[in-house]
Amino acid sequence: MPSKLKILLAVCVVSSGVFSASMDAFAARNKATQPAKVAETDPRGEVLALSCAGCHGTDGKSSGIIPSVYGKTPDYIETALKDFKSGVRYSTVMGRHAKGYSDEEIHLIAQYFGTIWGKNK
Amino acid sequence: MNISRRDFNKLVVSGIAGASLGIFGAAGDAYAAKNRVVVIGGGFGGATAAKYLKKLDPSLSVTLVEPKAAYITCPFSNWVFAGLKTIGEITQTYAVLAARYGVEVVADTAVSIDAARSMVTLGSGKVLNYDRLIVSPGIDFKWGAIPGYSQSISETKMPHAFQAGPQTELLNKQLHAMKNGGTVLICPPANPFRCPPGPYERASLIAFYLRDQKPKSKIVILDPKDKFSKQALFRKGWDRLYPGMIEWRGAAAGGKVQSVDAAAMTVTTELDVVKGDVINVIPPQRAGKIAVDAGLTDASGWCPINPVSFESTVHTGIHVIGDACIAGAMPKSGFAASSQGKLAAAAIVRLLRGKEPAQPSLVNTCYSLLGPGYGVSVAGVYKLSAEGIVEIPGSGGLTPIDASDDQLNQEALFARGWYNNIVNDIWG
Repeated sequence: MPSKLKILLAVCVVSSGVFSASMDAFAARNKATQPAKVAETDPRGEVLALSCAGCHGTDGKSSGIIPSVYGKTPDYIETALKDFKSGVRYSTVMGRHAKGYSDEEIHLIAQYFGTIWGKNK
Repeated sequence: MNISRRDFNKLVVSGIAGASLGIFGAAGDAYAAKNRVVVIGGGFGGATAAKYLKKLDPSLSVTLVEPKAAYITCPFSNWVFAGLKTIGEITQTYAVLAARYGVEVVADTAVSIDAARSMVTLGSGKVLNYDRLIVSPGIDFKWGAIPGYSQSISETKMPHAFQAGPQTELLNKQLHAMKNGGTVLICPPANPFRCPPGPYERASLIAFYLRDQKPKSKIVILDPKDKFSKQALFRKGWDRLYPGMIEWRGAAAGGKVQSVDAAAMTVTTELDVVKGDVINVIPPQRAGKIAVDAGLTDASGWCPINPVSFESTVHTGIHVIGDACIAGAMPKSGFAASSQGKLAAAAIVRLLRGKEPAQPSLVNTCYSLLGPGYGVSVAGVYKLSAEGIVEIPGSGGLTPIDASDDQLNQEALFARGWYNNIVNDIWG
């Protein structure tokens, strides 16, 4: 690990030094709770998908020329993103974005937007 | 390269420990009380964070502190010079954040932060207590950096127009008053600064106005840099749309400004004295005043943060987002600030529940307009590595230099769509 981040980590740890004992407790608690994500939104999918709303609108609901993502199926979104990424589908900017995500991340984004309209009624 | 699980956990644990200071450290019944998040600043970063905190967890108490009743966006303020937007069309308000999302909007100025006691004091004397604080103050100018330039000069003779509103109107008024055959000087700062393509989009859209109304005029950009954002795209566009009208003088050509003289309306560079009829000086910048006063800045004048949650590495429990923070490879743009606002909101919601924040993913998308049907863009997707926030190799980048006229026209249309959606995603 480069020194820059080491310094950053050191600063973080120092600033919360008194709580170092809680670190192990957190790690243990975290291990036990990690796989439980059936009912709640996948936090990683959520973070990945929130970025899309900047151009495509909140929850993917676009009000202008940029296409809505809201209301599309997970399969449609996943296929579109993979086709933008490979260049099979023409785009001005989406290809440049889609290349920033792994197939797994594209799957998570598609799941998020593809199911949000069921949850958000 | 991805950050290792171990390094990520270390960053996360520092955030969780901070949370325990605010919540678990207090009495047991405090756990049941409403968690309070205060957001300072209602621009692209702060307004996004306030909205998304409530959207992701409606049970939170979210207070947005912003002295201005309306926010005039810097993005698209250059369009005003071309007559393509009015100030009214780029003005956003907080009504929807309050009415629809339940954000408490306080029209006041944050004057001090007591990090040890988790308190913000407002101009009215009112004190706000918080469990988590988000500071999104944007930029302030280093007024002493250019001899001859000052805040009062910026408000009378040489506007910066890099905080939109009265400054935009002043520069626009000067352009309209200028004679045909006049010279417009644009003086951008060195890196890093807000909106890296901004001064060059400005040159383009002023040229659009001048070509139409005052075609004998010219624009000279006096730049302390050797290169600038979207440079090849801008220069190609200038040659095509405004041949001979825009001259760019970089560092090698003595473009660095040494001083200005408002009475003589001149700019002194390393090589000569240049006279302008309209002079737009964009001074060097640092994090907004409240961040400096609260000790959140480092020697660079910007705020170091933990990239997992944008929590300050100086004070726990305080998150700094937007132009004021040091976000690795991300530019200081409205879109980046909004992306950071969402990430910080999502991280805070999880931290307040004692949960680990998700791995960060951040995005930037900036359009620049060279003429009404001529748009270009830069895109970036960012993640956390051992180096901090980095751009994902092979992704993002610019409009291709050989883009067809159709594509450039599409990008100009998408720029309009971008503005509609991002302002609705933030203030709507």
